[in-house]
Amino acid sequence: MSGGNYSMEKNEVDQTLDLTNIKPYGDTMNDGKTQLSFTLPVACNDEAIEAAKLLMKKMGFVNPQVVYYKELTSGFTFFNCYGSCTHTVDYTTISVPKVESSVMSMEDTDAFIKENIGRQIVVIGASTGTDAHTVGIDAIMNMKGYAGHYGLERYEMFDALNMGSQVLNEDFIAKAIELKADVLLVSQTVTQKDVHIKNLIELVEMLEAEGLRHKVLLICGGPRLSHELAKELGYDAGFSMNSYADDVASYIAQELDKRING
Amino acid sequence: MQQSKLGLDFDKVKGAKKSAQNIATAVQNFVEDYTTVTVERTLCRLLGIDGIDANEVPLPKIVVDNLKEAGLLGQGVMFHIGNAIVETGLSPQAIAEQISSQMLNISQLTIYEQADREAALQPYINQAIERVVANRRRRENYIATLGEGSKPYIYVIVATGNIYEDVVQAQAAARQGADIIAVIRTTGQSLLDYVPYGATTEGFGGTFATQQNFKIMRTALNEVGEEIGRYVRLCNYCSGLCMPEIAAMGALEGLDVMLNDALYGILFRDINMQRTLVDQYFSRVINAFAGVIINTGEDNYLTTADAFEEARTVLASDLINEQLALLAGLPEEQMGLGHAFEMTPDMENGFLYELAQAQMTREIFPKAPLKYMPPTKFMTGNIFRGQIQNALFNEISIWTGQGIQLLGMMTEAVHTPFMSDRFVAIENARYIFNNMKNIGDEVEFKQDGIIRRRAQQVLQEAIELLERIEQEGLFSALEKGIFGDVKRSKTGGKGLAGVVQKTKEYSNPFIGIMKGETTL
Repeated sequence: MSGGNYSMEKNEVDQTLDLTNIKPYGDTMNDGKTQLSFTLPVACNDEAIEAAKLLMKKMGFVNPQVVYYKELTSGFTFFNCYGSCTHTVDYTTISVPKVESSVMSMEDTDAFIKENIGRQIVVIGASTGTDAHTVGIDAIMNMKGYAGHYGLERYEMFDALNMGSQVLNEDFIAKAIELKADVLLVSQTVTQKDVHIKNLIELVEMLEAEGLRHKVLLICGGPRLSHELAKELGYDAGFSMNSYADDVASYIAQELDKRING
Repeated sequence: MQQSKLGLDFDKVKGAKKSAQNIATAVQNFVEDYTTVTVERTLCRLLGIDGIDANEVPLPKIVVDNLKEAGLLGQGVMFHIGNAIVETGLSPQAIAEQISSQMLNISQLTIYEQADREAALQPYINQAIERVVANRRRRENYIATLGEGSKPYIYVIVATGNIYEDVVQAQAAARQGADIIAVIRTTGQSLLDYVPYGATTEGFGGTFATQQNFKIMRTALNEVGEEIGRYVRLCNYCSGLCMPEIAAMGALEGLDVMLNDALYGILFRDINMQRTLVDQYFSRVINAFAGVIINTGEDNYLTTADAFEEARTVLASDLINEQLALLAGLPEEQMGLGHAFEMTPDMENGFLYELAQAQMTREIFPKAPLKYMPPTKFMTGNIFRGQIQNALFNEISIWTGQGIQLLGMMTEAVHTPFMSDRFVAIENARYIFNNMKNIGDEVEFKQDGIIRRRAQQVLQEAIELLERIEQEGLFSALEKGIFGDVKRSKTGGKGLAGVVQKTKEYSNPFIGIMKGETTL
């Protein structure tokens, strides 16, 4: 095992925070300290440990330390490592596209819709394609909601239908036409081999073919989705981890208001 | 007399089991009158029909669809295949090939005497039964000579999508201490109304369940079992639209554990209830005979309803699953009833409630190798906290003597498990199972304390729920959403078109043989 778990060397780095050059923080500004773990497809021996350290140097770490290693099975070795990152990024020039709405409470959203739209908004949601996970769509739509944020079903001014999981894009669109939905919510949890991307694109293409795309507010959500990716795929908005029903509800209310009332 | 650590009244438990039995018997009365396309395809498979046509359609499906289109499926494939053997002198496989190439029209043959049809089928029936028995002996022999892990069995999943990569992952997990390897199916397979064919290397979030994939993995686990001196069980999924077919494939290839819930498909995959209830029966008859431990899915029930308020649903479902399984001839020792409650980790005293419910389930099903599983709903990507959540469930498992521990992965909600994720999870479980081994023998629960009161309350509520379902009947209860807040219509959902009423000529001799009611 490497002997350097407690570094006694004197720290020479400049300890002033510079937002144009940020790097990871361990316990001292600009120390760059990072933890990472990975498995290499080689037997556990001195060469394997050296390979792990060399790899970390290539990743831009100085003083790479292998603090734990273990052969998982013949020919595969697992490493826990620490190192100091040499790379920096300029935080001041970063701009991330975001859903532009201010989050309101359930009561305020209902009041906002009554005042500005004057009728219930019809929302249908589903986990589409082969995806069997309902956790995401349930969290946003079901009466009970998630983590204390009530779902759309509880809102007075939403007429919300949760179609559940493994809903075919065809069936989803048919239901949207039947109910004259204002808003379509699509949840995608399984992301292996980018299956979610293909499915999301297919829905947009089918909506365009039906001439429906511009008539609905189209929103997707899931742990590995972002607003930026959603826009790229042709959606109006995307919600990722740590988004709740009130985020989605506020966005829908404000966006529809903009579209209807200009 | 069984002693309860929780002050449970076992007369009440007896009453609950009686209610569940009445519910199950009413279901069984319905089941007896029907067959389904997958039940009939299962019989094709047991008669040795396998392979695909030029369009990759499995031959069992071709035979069954052929009879269905001719309006003859109610008489069953045994009737028509038996008849075709008498007519042609060919094997069921050759007959299926001729049907597929349209050289034989099975619906236009002369109908021969019942005794002749049955005699023609007998050698093929015997062959299937002997193969399943041989697989069962192979398992028993391995366990007698190699031995097996101690309970709770450590259960992990592999899910690469490629069966050959799965083998690498599975063998690694076995060497690290896994007792059961489950090959997760590709997303969406549960809704396919046929079983794909051959070895597969492409899947999403899992790997296709095919007979060839079963064989490849069973061979790999035999190999690693001999290397490490411990039998490693293989698990797959008898759920969705092909429950009995997967059971038959598993029985023919020596699988050891099968997810096999009577209600899960109805509630969570919107499969038609008539379809699932007919399918579950034959699938469980096969699993029972093959010595397969079934796992039920109650640990997954409360992802949408509130896990604390709806705890009774899990127990009620366990009790119904138990009675339906008994009617299929499945012994209690093969009933890996699932439980565990997805209560939010932020709940004060949540651990105590979980402990109470796990101990309660243990006492209500004393012989069952109960399957326990930490919740996945509250895994967030905070892998460090996730590892602790999984550890708490491992503690309850060893404390309350669970049979099978499905290990949580700290990277749940991030990706399908890496080889290293499984290592970390197995190390966590083995550490706790060893370090806390006899805690259940040492610690008693306080009279009138939180734990005892919780268990008694959940039992009481489950009894009330079962009494309501008993009055309504299961079909009507499911239609009214009494169960887990999910409403399903008797004629809605997927797969109803594949349900067919049996005619008086119908017979399925495997049921009698497998349940030990008739001999070969």
